[in-house]
Amino acid sequence: MDIICVISNIYRFMAKNSHDVIVIGAGHNGLTAASYMAKAGLDVLVLEKNEWIGGAAVSRELFPGWKYSNCSYVCSLLRPEIMRDLELYKYGLQVIPYEGSATMMRNGDYYAHYHDHDMTIKSIRRHSLKDAEAYERYSRDVLRQCKIIKPLLKMTPPDLTSFKPKDIFGALEFAKYFAAKDELGGLGEKEIYDTIRFYTMSIRDYLDEYFESDITKAHLAGSAIIGTALGPCSPGSAYVLLHHYMGEVDGSVGSWGYSRGGMGSITKAMTGCLKAHGGDVKPNNQVANVIVKNGKAIGVATTNGDEYYAKKIVSNLDVKRTFLTITEEKSLPSDFVQKVKNFKIRGSSGKLNIALDGLPDFPCIPEGDPGGGGDMHFTESIEEMEGAYDDWKRGEWSKNPYVDMCIPSKSDPTMASPGKHYMSVFIQYVPFNLANGGWNEERKQAFGKHIIECISAFSPNFKDLINHYEVRTPLDLHNEVGLTEGNIFQGELTMDQLMFNRPVTGYAQYRTPLKNMYMCSSSTHPGGGVMGAPGANAARELLLDMNIPQKGNYY
Amino acid sequence: MSKDNRFIALKKTPFHSRTSLASRTNKWYNWNGYTVPTEYSTTELEYTAARNGTSVMDLTPMCKYEIKGSDAHKYIDYLVTRDLSEMNDNTVAYIIWCNEDGKVIDDGTIFKHSSEHFMLCCAVKILNWLNDSAIGFDVTIKDVTDTIAALSIQGPTSCSTLKNFGADSLENMKPFEMKEYNINGYNVLISRTGFTGDLGYELWTDPQNAETMWDSVMEAGSLLKIRPFGMNALEMTRIEAGFIQTNTDFVAAEDALRPVRMRSPYEIGMGWLVHLNKKNYFVGKNALKKEKQSGTTERCLVGLDIDGDKPAHGSVIYNEKKEDIGIVTAALWSPTLKKNIALASLKRPYGIKIKDNIFAEIYHPEEIEYRKIWARCKIVKRQFYSPERRNNVPADLYE
Repeated sequence: MDIICVISNIYRFMAKNSHDVIVIGAGHNGLTAASYMAKAGLDVLVLEKNEWIGGAAVSRELFPGWKYSNCSYVCSLLRPEIMRDLELYKYGLQVIPYEGSATMMRNGDYYAHYHDHDMTIKSIRRHSLKDAEAYERYSRDVLRQCKIIKPLLKMTPPDLTSFKPKDIFGALEFAKYFAAKDELGGLGEKEIYDTIRFYTMSIRDYLDEYFESDITKAHLAGSAIIGTALGPCSPGSAYVLLHHYMGEVDGSVGSWGYSRGGMGSITKAMTGCLKAHGGDVKPNNQVANVIVKNGKAIGVATTNGDEYYAKKIVSNLDVKRTFLTITEEKSLPSDFVQKVKNFKIRGSSGKLNIALDGLPDFPCIPEGDPGGGGDMHFTESIEEMEGAYDDWKRGEWSKNPYVDMCIPSKSDPTMASPGKHYMSVFIQYVPFNLANGGWNEERKQAFGKHIIECISAFSPNFKDLINHYEVRTPLDLHNEVGLTEGNIFQGELTMDQLMFNRPVTGYAQYRTPLKNMYMCSSSTHPGGGVMGAPGANAARELLLDMNIPQKGNYY
Repeated sequence: MSKDNRFIALKKTPFHSRTSLASRTNKWYNWNGYTVPTEYSTTELEYTAARNGTSVMDLTPMCKYEIKGSDAHKYIDYLVTRDLSEMNDNTVAYIIWCNEDGKVIDDGTIFKHSSEHFMLCCAVKILNWLNDSAIGFDVTIKDVTDTIAALSIQGPTSCSTLKNFGADSLENMKPFEMKEYNINGYNVLISRTGFTGDLGYELWTDPQNAETMWDSVMEAGSLLKIRPFGMNALEMTRIEAGFIQTNTDFVAAEDALRPVRMRSPYEIGMGWLVHLNKKNYFVGKNALKKEKQSGTTERCLVGLDIDGDKPAHGSVIYNEKKEDIGIVTAALWSPTLKKNIALASLKRPYGIKIKDNIFAEIYHPEEIEYRKIWARCKIVKRQFYSPERRNNVPADLYE
């Protein structure tokens, strides 16, 4: 009698905690995948370890009256088809385009780009007539690469080692898009060579083929090093630039914008969509391990001691956390585990979030110049940038760092009260493994102070306006957000781990060695940048396996 | 050397000194005989101001008529299809009016100061029509287009901007209400109206106050993401809001060279403004009643959600047999919705009874060639976007 009671209780418990799909991690990719699956009619539960939702796309108020985009801070790569399919506008998402960008110079001058192309050309001409013309050619060439890559983002990479018809056709499809028949009317041999060069070159070599002035090159090269453990002279850095350019704001390819209300508005809207379709997110639920039975993933156990069961498990954690932390090694093939261990996921970035009592003066940029409305920098040459990278290699934060700083509250009225400002400062390079004993509170604060000094050199009243600031080291991102080593892309964006090699060869199709277990993080194709594409792609594969028809603009 | 005013084809508005100073691109548009900016900087950023901060548009060229007299209320109620017999003082109503054949002359807004004093705002000049219709009524009708300067202040922070400007307790004003203010020593009428489908207001004042008013509003919004807003951006917001534009989405009955181009309210989605049951007779009533009873309405104006991201400007709409069933009158990639939207005039029963298998043929320009795109369309509500804040009372404030 007692035994029957126990068994029935277990069954009752399992039914209560049983879903069609469990997604581990409520970052933007997990929520994208969850929303697509819920829209397709599945019962989806997302488990999140933190008390807040959003992973690295989050807005938090750490100081009363100021909202911070604590991690990611700008929006461009999020696929418009995803925003459309999930109707994110209904749940409050709005993207505000940047007005411009500027690099400040020690001689008191500045170099700026603007939302208006004609103003950009006029601005470059102040520094070099030749560069202003070269910029047109450069823009065309980069746009061509963006158009080649755009359809690839949505594709599941074919497995080139497989002879399944799906993979053979997939490879042909991939090749077809590579030749960009649809978008560009077909590329010639020369353009295909250009593409291959672009994917393998350093950004310095690439820009040298177009531009003469140091400041033009420095301004453009920034996009090639953000978030990566490569320097501007490292082969492969040109691709990182492309990765930052392939987004768009309403057809304006390469444009960036702010998510109104901070990056958390993206994940808040996705959560809204998920809930509207019957799904749910449970914060404060850290998955301790995936429950595996006979080579199949059947559920997860949380650190709270709860167990949840599902037909399918989808992990939004990076590939290392997924297979080295929450999945028992013995349930996985050893060569797979080895490949996961070899996956490069090096932290190289830090961040400061600052609550300002007013708008700081940057005397280099004339008042009211829209160039100061977006990202601001103060690195004047590629050599300086490479020097910053050299420090990182030695395990130090850059003495003269590359910063990508912006004041979203200049455009977004919801981040702080009128007249008050929120400033986001992204810093390249900052090591995960700090030399001489690693990170501690004292060193973290010293790093924060160092960056504030660097900015103060270009803004005399900046320091006096600071009400509060948050310092983020790669270790913080690793511990708090769950990005291994603090790598913002959940894995380096180098050719050896892109497309059919992402995250590891043989497993680029969002499926894993465990039956019923999938991955949807930025560790998968096409990588990071708050794109949502890995999540949408993973959902498509899962729905395909469940024979659930899909419709929408993305698929 | 000064120009002789008689030889200037386009007039300047009372805000011209300010709008020309704000213009970075020097792109101008002829609106109703006035020159106004097509865009000031970039259309996208101006559009964003209306959905994110405060946008400021020079509205002066809008046709404006003052209607005064003891029969003013009766006359207005007779002129338009909507039942306005119960209209309150200090309110505004959206209206259309037709000729006796029940064909739409224009749409517009009517502002009621009192039963003896109204202001009518609309797109096309209709002084003749108003006078001809006034026979038998004790009213005087005056064209006040030149003598009232107007600004449209729209967007989520617009209420805060105008409160800073001096419009006390504006947040309590309901949509379609208006109030006379005295700000900085001059009178300004503020109405909670607009053409963006968002929270917004319109300001009406004597032209001599125009420049000061522009400066004060800009100053008031300086911390609230204020930005001057041109005609291109207006076109974007009005499509998202699903508002129709005379001589774009339909041809005004008085302008139509080809009689078949005239449209009844039912053909342009304005049936909801036709109150056949209203007590008093109104112009076009018999024809509209007949059309409604016999079900002879030929066309409809619908919203389309179109596949892909290439706007369907001027596209012909087809059924699955590739038969021509209508035309797109306005199209847009909506930055807020991230949807490819359009307004289209379709031949019934398409759009009403038949809603499936409708396609747009889009000619997308690609470097001196066109790519022909055959895109599936979904019939949707014409009001594509209507945020909650549009109707919130009290209005949203940013403090």
